[in-house]
Amino acid sequence: MITSATIFGLCGAALIGLGLYGFVTQVHLLRRLLAFNVIGSGIFLLFGATAARTPTGATDPVPQALIITGIVVALAATALGVGLVLAYVRISGKACLPEDADTIDGGPHPSSHEDPPE
Amino acid sequence: MLADALTIVLTGTGMLFFFAGTAGIIRFPDTLSRLHALTKADNVGLGLLILGLAFQAPDLLTLGKLALVWALALVAAGTTAQLVARSAWQSGEQSAERSADAHDPAESTLRGDP
Amino acid sequence: MTGISALGFDLILAALILGAGLFAITVRDLFGAVVFFIVYGVFVAIAWLRLGAIDVALTEAALGAGLTGVLLIGAVARLSRVTTPAGNNTSDEMRRPPAGARLASMVVAGSISGVLGWAFLSLPDSTGLRDAVADNLAVSGSANPVTAVLINFRGWDTLLESVVLLAALVGLWSLARDRDWGRRAGLRQHARPGGVMATFGRLLPPFGLLLGVYLVWAGSSYPGGAFQGGTVLAAVWLLIMMAGLMPVPRMVSVGLRAVLVAGPLVFLGIGIAGAMAGTFLGLPPTYAKPLILTIEAALTLSIAATLALLVLGTPDPSP
Repeated sequence: MITSATIFGLCGAALIGLGLYGFVTQVHLLRRLLAFNVIGSGIFLLFGATAARTPTGATDPVPQALIITGIVVALAATALGVGLVLAYVRISGKACLPEDADTIDGGPHPSSHEDPPE
Repeated sequence: MLADALTIVLTGTGMLFFFAGTAGIIRFPDTLSRLHALTKADNVGLGLLILGLAFQAPDLLTLGKLALVWALALVAAGTTAQLVARSAWQSGEQSAERSADAHDPAESTLRGDP
Repeated sequence: MTGISALGFDLILAALILGAGLFAITVRDLFGAVVFFIVYGVFVAIAWLRLGAIDVALTEAALGAGLTGVLLIGAVARLSRVTTPAGNNTSDEMRRPPAGARLASMVVAGSISGVLGWAFLSLPDSTGLRDAVADNLAVSGSANPVTAVLINFRGWDTLLESVVLLAALVGLWSLARDRDWGRRAGLRQHARPGGVMATFGRLLPPFGLLLGVYLVWAGSSYPGGAFQGGTVLAAVWLLIMMAGLMPVPRMVSVGLRAVLVAGPLVFLGIGIAGAMAGTFLGLPPTYAKPLILTIEAALTLSIAATLALLVLGTPDPSP
């Protein structure tokens, strides 16, 4: 018997992989933050689906409460992340980490790392 | 029975409008005409959808909620459309001032000669 | 919805979630990626509805799709102002790892998904803690099991979470440059007085305030609660500030700081009072309902203020 829980549990598992792939392959820091959020909601969905597996009756409220807590903390973490990215860009003028810019596509990249006058 | 038939016809027609609006977003060349297609078609689509669902409402309270959803969505869509249009217009003017060669030829024809 | 139509709906919804998530990660245009992420949040909220988790659906719709969207769009706008004025991608930032590395990450990520999916499918059926919560609901002071867990049974988590929110805001503010300290938080707002945005900012807040307070009040017996209500109130406050109807508070404002810590302090105070009566954070059944409402009211204010300020971010660097 395929229930909603089965479908969205597997969907959550797929989202975790998708987010992980984006987190590893994307260089832009804001895109990494997006991928991080996709991983997060994938975990929530997987967790919530395990709480909803019983076809009869209501969903287990304890995981729901934990997920609500998690969603709020995820926003707080994202806001802090955005702040960090903006501060980093302000200093370096780039939205990707120097090691990423240097290692991908082979060889160091002639890029300016000097700080703008503050 | 008649209510069910009306719901199906109305929501179906509403979906057609949504489809047309989406096609407009994808096919039209510049921001303003895309907005035009989207807001007009989607507002009619939403109205038909709500009207169709109203025939399924069990009581007046649900009917009131549906009407509220419709009204709030209309106000929000209208406001957003205005703001997006203004922003697109201003950034169009700015890029015209900055350089003579615009990236999007459709935008420059819409703006008229800079 | 029953049987085959429910199955079809769920499958289409899951496909839409995965598609929107995929675009949010792979679309070349950064702004486009953010828009897909917002759409993704709305789809996920509907999935929560299908899982019977209405409280989570409300939170996801308000926070995951709503406030996160405002936060990310603001971030893209600020990024494009700091870096290249015209586009938001320089060639460096769009560079990808070589195809081999991408393939390897795809295989690793795919296997992790596979293992997780297999683990999920092989879990034995269980009702979890549902029955335990249902048995004790009568003494919890709340008829909504999720609120009972949040404020009463697992009050620890929620108390610490409200502190985490505060810590995130302190962390964010500490990123402000010295000479920006004490200025108004976030981007300068430039809505024209009497313009469309200002009208909208006058029209919507009454509905938003009503909905926010209703969600908190209803949360003790129906889906809703401090987090959902607080998020709606945060959105209302943001809208009013963006419409230029109310000034953004200064980061050094004492009143603002009092609101920020009110929730955790009230929660902690009631927790300590409980400790004197026997259990830390234990709510005596006779007073549980008024205590829950007190905690929720204070938490709502703090959550609303903290979330709005988190979304606003650090002050706009002076030109």
